[in-house]
Amino acid sequence: MSYTRPTFRHPEQQRNDKGYFRRDYEGAISTLCAGCGHDSISTAIVQACFEMAVEPHRVAKLSGIGCSSKTPAYFLGKSHGFNSVHGRMPSIATGANMANRDLLYIGVSGDGDTASIGMGQFAHALRRNLNMNYIVMNNGCYGLTKGQDSATADKGSAGKKGTPNPFESIDLCELAIELGASFVARSFSGDKQQLVPLLKAAISHNGLAFLDVISPCVTFNNTATSTKSYQYVREHSEATGTFDFIPLQREILTRYEPGTTQAITMHDGSLLYLEKLEQSFDVTSRRRSVDKLEEAKENGRLLTGVIYVKPDSQDTHDIINTTLRPLNSLDQSDLCPGSEVLAAINENYR
Amino acid sequence: MNRIERVNDFVIRFANVNGSGSASANNLFAQAIFRMGIPVSPKNIFPSNIQGLPTWYEVRVNEKGYLGRRGGYDMVVAVNGQTLLKDYNEVASGGYFFYDSTRVLPDECQRTDITVLGMPLTELCNEAFENPKLRQLLKNIIYVGALSHLLDIEFSVLTDSIQRQFKKKPKLAEPNIQALEIGLNYAREHFTDSCRLSVVRRDLLTDAIIMDGNSATGLGALYAGATVAGWYPITPSTSVIEAFERFAGRYRIEDETGRRKVAIIQAEDELAALGMVIGAAWNGARSFTATSGPGISLMSEFLGLAYFSEVPVVLIDVQRTGPSTGMPTRTQQSDLIAAAYASHGDTRNVLLFPCDPAECFELTAQAFDLAERLQTPVLVMTDLDLGMNDHVSRPLVWDDKRRYDRGKVLSAEQLDALETRWGRYLDIDGDGICYRTIPGTHPTQGAYFTRGTSHDEYAAYTEDSGAYERNMIRLLTKWDTAKTMVPEPHITIRDPQSKVGAIFFGTTTHSAYEAINRLEEEGTAINTMRLLSFPLTATALDFINSHDMIFVIEQNRDSQLKTLIVTDNGILPNKLVPLTNFDGMPITADYITEKLEAGLAVSTTTTGGSK
Repeated sequence: MSYTRPTFRHPEQQRNDKGYFRRDYEGAISTLCAGCGHDSISTAIVQACFEMAVEPHRVAKLSGIGCSSKTPAYFLGKSHGFNSVHGRMPSIATGANMANRDLLYIGVSGDGDTASIGMGQFAHALRRNLNMNYIVMNNGCYGLTKGQDSATADKGSAGKKGTPNPFESIDLCELAIELGASFVARSFSGDKQQLVPLLKAAISHNGLAFLDVISPCVTFNNTATSTKSYQYVREHSEATGTFDFIPLQREILTRYEPGTTQAITMHDGSLLYLEKLEQSFDVTSRRRSVDKLEEAKENGRLLTGVIYVKPDSQDTHDIINTTLRPLNSLDQSDLCPGSEVLAAINENYR
Repeated sequence: MNRIERVNDFVIRFANVNGSGSASANNLFAQAIFRMGIPVSPKNIFPSNIQGLPTWYEVRVNEKGYLGRRGGYDMVVAVNGQTLLKDYNEVASGGYFFYDSTRVLPDECQRTDITVLGMPLTELCNEAFENPKLRQLLKNIIYVGALSHLLDIEFSVLTDSIQRQFKKKPKLAEPNIQALEIGLNYAREHFTDSCRLSVVRRDLLTDAIIMDGNSATGLGALYAGATVAGWYPITPSTSVIEAFERFAGRYRIEDETGRRKVAIIQAEDELAALGMVIGAAWNGARSFTATSGPGISLMSEFLGLAYFSEVPVVLIDVQRTGPSTGMPTRTQQSDLIAAAYASHGDTRNVLLFPCDPAECFELTAQAFDLAERLQTPVLVMTDLDLGMNDHVSRPLVWDDKRRYDRGKVLSAEQLDALETRWGRYLDIDGDGICYRTIPGTHPTQGAYFTRGTSHDEYAAYTEDSGAYERNMIRLLTKWDTAKTMVPEPHITIRDPQSKVGAIFFGTTTHSAYEAINRLEEEGTAINTMRLLSFPLTATALDFINSHDMIFVIEQNRDSQLKTLIVTDNGILPNKLVPLTNFDGMPITADYITEKLEAGLAVSTTTTGGSK
């Protein structure tokens, strides 16, 4: 295990559009177990933010409690972070977003943090369509308390302790669609090719972008009997189709055959091209997306990729009609009605 | 029979069924007394129910300005069959019982020491009005008309109030005025010299307002510049947020766009409500929530986070009767310990204690300055009585020269100018308060990781005992700084020689002053200290140290304020004598007088002196 990060960087390192190097997006050195899926997700977040040229100080990263919730310390070291309490990241993110609608909010949670103790807050951030990226690093177990089953552990799956989980599992993607998330995707920490563009699409999205990333726990849940092991996920993943994320102002290089792809314009003008594996699948249809998830489950497959998108969704600020200026930038002259108005108010109470 | 005979000094109680429209009639009555310039104090005693259960409305009229509950009822207006007998029995000897005589009084009603005034309200109302819904509402207005005759209320004040109320719907004013007249005329005809309670115009309230505490609190938050509110509905705090939203709808709309300069989010529970407040405050917006006891229990986890990670939070606790769900529509001051020490681990929170609407406004506004100055939760402790009842109060005041105190927040320029390494939890000034930064301020400086886990001066996670202890001790330094910033108590020394004192706060204030004035008139001087905050300031401690026997008057069972004073200051518990009322009803001056007299008598017999 490393204790220090080498300061050496490739001499020909490129700057992004905003002039930042990739290292500007890195964080402290991880203290998670060697081989933990979460570290791959952190790296993917670094890469996606670098390639999207997000300014690090315009990002707020938030988390709850658990192994996953430690990761915001390991990426975007120049961004403000808030490691809150167990299952409560969504409410902190909601308040933060209400205070300043101009930052990018990346919330990181785990399957325990979201599917159990934080289920209520998860549900309500979704139904308000808060403008944030909500990433669940999903390993099907409570790693930090040594491997108890979580609510996303599949029925019959067994981790290191060897006892099969007797309860039904919660499918966070399916739930997210039903609860009103406007962008829902699933990926695998071991599939960077898919994860990075998914994160970029999530960043472009206006509204709640939910990413369920299966991320094996190498210490407690990477057994032959677990459905959240590296091997099982590799063998059972099935993508909704390959897709291409083209950020705004980038040239479209690939030619897409009409009828075989679905093009979606994201809020910021970026384009998302999805190859259709079957004609009938429409990624903007909630009903078809839920069907597709259930269908994959019936076939013993784990559906990954973009599962549902509502590109023109209204976020919480749109819904409650708040000013376009960040609320935290308003000063006293904007906010305080003053003594004359108060005198008139007093008169109404006489 | 000795009939009670008083001018501008009596208590009248209305017994109604909730959901029957009695509230507006009773308000009309109280407002008329107010508009005649006589101090008046209405209290709504209502059930946790929407329709069909008993509800009472007590109005105290007192030209001396005593506006706490006195105790006892000089007149009862009984229009609820369910409670009629109880209401009848509660009339003070020599008092007056006014009832709807459409139905005859039960045989048990045989008192000879009260004046019974029967009036066929239902019959009169049904004769005059066709619409069944209107009938129900106007029956109540008819008794107000009758009272105007019985108590000499200026009739024009009532009709003016009606016209003002229905300014936008003049058609609705007509039947209301007709109902008032029906009551007045019937009473004139049937009751001559029946009632010796009366009101006479005094014009004592030239400047005063009559307002509910929750509206004043919501307005205080608006004036203080709160832009984010996270909340969850709970009696009796809901109307704080409703008021905030109502005023924001008027004064926080962007001229050019019609967009709102406020974000009010109804949360999924109290946990999330406070989480939103913390997230917004962390991100540089003034934010607050309002709740009651059960909410405090749920918010404890987040209060601990805000205390330890030092996020400025304003929380309005409109207290009700606990524990658990308790009596949701009854008042108490019983959240003090829970609020002061909310959350596991060692925590201490700043509390403010308003006693009337003007203070609800001022202390709420001040809470935002204090929270940001101290970077810690500040809880404004009101209660159901203050929050939901109308109170006569001095007007709300805002000084236009006043500037929001945002505390120690570093701007981009200040970050650039720093010569030494910045640490979020580094105590540069020695007051325990460190410099914070707001996300997004500077491209390269000032980012840090806020956490509820133990952290060192630079906000890095640590399990080092020394760093942990340094941080906890610095938080105590900050607590000492708080003692120099919180509002000072109001101290009245009636006799510099007296070693007997009394401490109270919030809604106990009014009845306590009345009781202590009564004792003073009888020659017993008790010095008083009305607390406006916890922790106690040096002045407050001086008061305690210079008295030998101090009554601590409060509305809970366990003398919670006493516990706070003793625990936080190492005061000897024996010199603090608990005087508590916890029946869920606002404490009365009669009760306090009785308990003070008894307490003083005991102390005289046991110590043999004035000690």
